[in-house]
Amino acid sequence: MTKTVAIIGGGVAGLETAKQLNSLGYSVKLFEKTNTLGGHVAKWDRLFPNKRHASEVVSSLTLSQGNTQTLTETTVHSIKRENQGFVISANSSNHEADAVVLATGFELFPAEKKEEYGYGLFENVITSADLEQMFKKHGKPVMASGHKPVRIAFIHCVGSRDEKVNRPYCSKVCCVTAVKQAIEVKEALPNSEVFCFYMDLRTFGPGYEDLYKEAQSKGVTFIRGRLSESSEIEGGRVLIKAEDTLASTPLKMSVDIVVLMVGMSPLRSTNKLATDLGLSINADGFIAATDLHTNPTGTATNGVFVAGACTGPNNITDTVNAAKATALDVHNYLSR
Amino acid sequence: MNYYHHFVIPFTAGLLFLVIVVAAKWIGWIKNLDAEQKGLIKRNIFGKASLHATWEVITESLLHRRIFQKNFLLGYMHMSLAFGWFLLIVMGNLETRFFTHGQMNPPYVPIFFEFFEHDLSTLRYKEIFTFVMDFLLLFVLSGVALAYMKRATSKPLGMKKATKHAFIDKLALTSLWLIFPLRLAAESVTAGLYDSGGFFTRWLGEAIVSLPGADMLYYPLWWAYSISLGLFFISVPFTRYMHIPTETLLIFLRKYGIREKNEHTSYTQVELNACSRCGICIDSCQLSSELGISNSQSTYFLKSLRDKKTTDYLTETCMLCGRCDFACPVGIENSTIRLNQRRETPASAINFGYVPTIEASKGKIAFFAGCMGQLTPSVTKATLTLFNAAGVEYTHIDKDATICCGRPLQVNGEESAAKELAQKNKQLIEGTGAQALVTTCPICARIFAESYGLSIPVYHHTQFLYQLAASGQLKLTPTSNLITYHDPCELGRGLGIYEEPRELLKFAGNLVEVKSSKTDSLCCGGSLAITSINQQQRSQIAIKTLESIGANDVDFVATACPLCKKTFTAASDENAILDVSEILVKACTNSRQSLKPEQKQRTKETSTVN
Repeated sequence: MTKTVAIIGGGVAGLETAKQLNSLGYSVKLFEKTNTLGGHVAKWDRLFPNKRHASEVVSSLTLSQGNTQTLTETTVHSIKRENQGFVISANSSNHEADAVVLATGFELFPAEKKEEYGYGLFENVITSADLEQMFKKHGKPVMASGHKPVRIAFIHCVGSRDEKVNRPYCSKVCCVTAVKQAIEVKEALPNSEVFCFYMDLRTFGPGYEDLYKEAQSKGVTFIRGRLSESSEIEGGRVLIKAEDTLASTPLKMSVDIVVLMVGMSPLRSTNKLATDLGLSINADGFIAATDLHTNPTGTATNGVFVAGACTGPNNITDTVNAAKATALDVHNYLSR
Repeated sequence: MNYYHHFVIPFTAGLLFLVIVVAAKWIGWIKNLDAEQKGLIKRNIFGKASLHATWEVITESLLHRRIFQKNFLLGYMHMSLAFGWFLLIVMGNLETRFFTHGQMNPPYVPIFFEFFEHDLSTLRYKEIFTFVMDFLLLFVLSGVALAYMKRATSKPLGMKKATKHAFIDKLALTSLWLIFPLRLAAESVTAGLYDSGGFFTRWLGEAIVSLPGADMLYYPLWWAYSISLGLFFISVPFTRYMHIPTETLLIFLRKYGIREKNEHTSYTQVELNACSRCGICIDSCQLSSELGISNSQSTYFLKSLRDKKTTDYLTETCMLCGRCDFACPVGIENSTIRLNQRRETPASAINFGYVPTIEASKGKIAFFAGCMGQLTPSVTKATLTLFNAAGVEYTHIDKDATICCGRPLQVNGEESAAKELAQKNKQLIEGTGAQALVTTCPICARIFAESYGLSIPVYHHTQFLYQLAASGQLKLTPTSNLITYHDPCELGRGLGIYEEPRELLKFAGNLVEVKSSKTDSLCCGGSLAITSINQQQRSQIAIKTLESIGANDVDFVATACPLCKKTFTAASDENAILDVSEILVKACTNSRQSLKPEQKQRTKETSTVN
C-alpha cells in the first residue's frame, strides 16, 4: 500500500519536499493555511542576487507537484500520534498520514513592536515586504500621498540582532535584500537618494558581495549606524535620527520613505504543533535541530521531520536543499 | 531582704554593658542629627507625636502587627518572643515588688526570683502570679520553638528565603535561643526540689528531680541561665539584635517627621541599626524570585553599610522599584539609602555639549514626552489626540528634540549631571509661560515633581486626562473591552498615583482588578536603576509580571509608563500592551474630526482647561 506523508506548509520548503516525495512514489498531502502556494516568496517581486522574478521560482515549484494533493485554506490545529502513524486535524476534518513534515516557515517580524520607528503610525514608514508589493504594483516606490519619493532610507536589522525586541539572532537575508532593493530603487528612480543604515553587512552568499559593490557604484550611501527613532514631519515625510558610528556623530535626516528591513520571526502556531509532538524549541524560538551539523532535518520524534525556515532564518537555496534532505530522511524512515 | 549570689554577675554585667552602649549610641546619633532634624524633635517631642510613637512601639515592636499581616505564624513567632519576654519582665517585677512590699530591688532580683524565694506563701495573689509566670514562659518558648523550625524550614512561616547571617549573629542567636529553655530548666529543678513554682515548672521539676543526681544541676542551671543572658546582652551592639533598642528610637524620630535626605545623615545610622535582617525584603525582590540573585537585597546592603564594608555590587544591584520599602516591617527607607549611597561615588563629569538648544514655544499647557515618548510615538500621538478632542491649548515642548529629564542619571547616583540637564529643561519649561506641565512619562514626572523646584504644577497625563474626563471636557464611552492595569513603579510607589489611571480605564472599558496591585505591584523589569541585568533577564521578569496581572485573560494590558510598555512588548508576543491614553482614544467620542493632532494644533484652539 502507498504510504502517505503530510506536509504542513505550502511555501518553498513544503513544495520542494512534496515534489521530491511525490517523485519517490508517496502519496503526499500538502496543507496550506492561505489560499495561495509559495509562501512569502509568492509575495515578493524579484529575488537576490540576480533579480529574477519570484513568480518563476514559485511556478516552477507548483508545476512540478505531480499527484500531490494540495489543501489550501486549510489550517492544521493539531497533530496526534495514533498507532504507527499520525492523525492531522485540519479545518474540522481528520487526515491520516504515516509521516509528518513541518515546513511551516516563519513570520515577518511585526514592525509595530519597534514602536520608535513608527510603523503603523507614520504612513511613509513601510517594511521590505511592503516595498516588494509596490514594485509588483507600480514598479517603483510611491509615497502614501502618491508623490514620487526623492529620498529613501533603508533600515537594516529591524527585529534582528536586537535584544530589545527579544530577537537576538541574525535573519541572514535582510542585508542582501536591502542591497537588492536599494539598487532597484536607484534603477526605478535614478534621481533619488538612497541610504542604507546598517550595523554590519553580512553578504555571505554567492553573488551577494558583487551586489553590494553594484549598489555602491550606483550611488547608494551606506551609513554604519542604527536608527534610534523617527517622527513624522510636514507632508508625511519622516525625520529619522541615528548615529553615524564611523564618523562618531549623531545624525538627523528627513526622508520621503523609510523602509524597515524586517527580520524572520518564529511562528507561534508552529511552536505549539512542534512542542505537542515532543520537538524542542531553540533559544531563538525556532524548532531545534537534533544535530546542527549532521542531522539538521531530523527530530527527536519518530516520523516527524522539519524543513526550511521553521528551523531558523534561511534563503531559498538553503531551504530547497533542506527540503531535499528532508524528503530523503522521510523516504529512509518509511522504507525501514 | 538582701538577695545576692555570684551567678548573677554575668547577667548584671551584661545588662550594664548593654545599657551603657545603647545610651551612648542613642546620644551620639541624636547629637549628630542636623539642625533641621533636631528642630523637628524639639517641636514635636512634647506633642501628640510622642503618643503616636508610643502606640506604634506597642503595636510594632511588641505586637508586630505588620509581620502578622504578612504571615500569621511569623507574626506569632515575633510577638511571642517580644511581647512574651516583655510581659515576663513586667510580671516578674510586679511579683517581686509585691513580695518585698514595694522595695527597690537590683535588676537581677526579679529575673532570678525563683532562686531567691522558694516560699511564696506570703505573696498576695500567689496563685495568679505563679500561674501567669509559667504561662508566659511557655508562651515565649512556643515562639522559640517556631524560631528553631524557621531555621530548618522557613516556608510555613511564609518566607521562601531567609537571610544568611554572619557568624557573630549566629552566636547571639544561639545564646538567645538558650535563654528560655535554660530558664525553664533552672526554675523547674528549683520547683521540684523546693515544692515551689507554677503548674508547669512544678510538674516538670518533680519529674526531673525524680531522676538520680538531678539535684546536682541546681547551681549549674542558674549559672548557665545567667551566662546566656549576659552573653546575649553583650552581643546585642555587635549584632542584628541592636534592632531591638534602635527600632524604638527610629519610631519616635520618624513620628517627629524626620526622613532620609538626599545624602546620608545620622538618621541613616538609626535606620541601618533598626534593620532586624528578618529577610522579608528578599522575598519581595524580583531579582531574587525571578533571576535567583539573592545576595544583594536590602538586608545585605544595609548590613554592609552599617559595617562600612559596602561594595559597588551591593549598591548597584537593585532596580529601585521600591517594593522592599513597602514590604519592610520596620519601614526602613531602603531605596533612598541605596540611592544616597550611589550618590557618594559619581562618575567623572559628563560633557553635555551635544545637547540641543530648544526654543520654548508659548502655550497654556506645556506637554513633555521625554526620551521614552520619542521611543513610543503612539503614546504621544494618543495623548495629543485626546488633548485636541478636549480642546486643550498646549505646546509640545520637545516635539523636534528632547533633553533627558535627568532621572536616569539621578537613579544611578549622577546627581550633578542630572542637575545640569534639569537646568536646561527648567529653562525650557519656564520659557513657555505655561500654567501646568504634563508628561506621559512617570520617570520624568517624578524628577519634575521632586527635584526641579518648578513654580507650576506637574501632572502625569493620567492625572490631567482624568480631570478632563471627570469634568466632561473629554467625552468617553465605555467599550466592552476587558482591561487589566499595571502600576508603574515610578508612578505608583514613586509618586503615589494609583487611582487616576484606574478611574480613566473605567471610563473606557471594564477594568479587572488583580491581587498584586498598587503598592504590591511588581516591577516590569525595565528599570533604569540597574545596568547589570541583561535584556533576557528583564524579559523574564516582565513575563512573570504580566502573569501576575492576568494579562492572558483580558483584551488589553494597560500601563501608564512608556518604559513599562516597551519592556512588556519586547517580552511578550501574546499580549496587546497599551498606554492608558491609547485605550482612551478607542473610547473617545468627542467629534471625530478633532482627532488629528497636527491640524488641530495649527488652527489654534481657544478653549482652556479647568
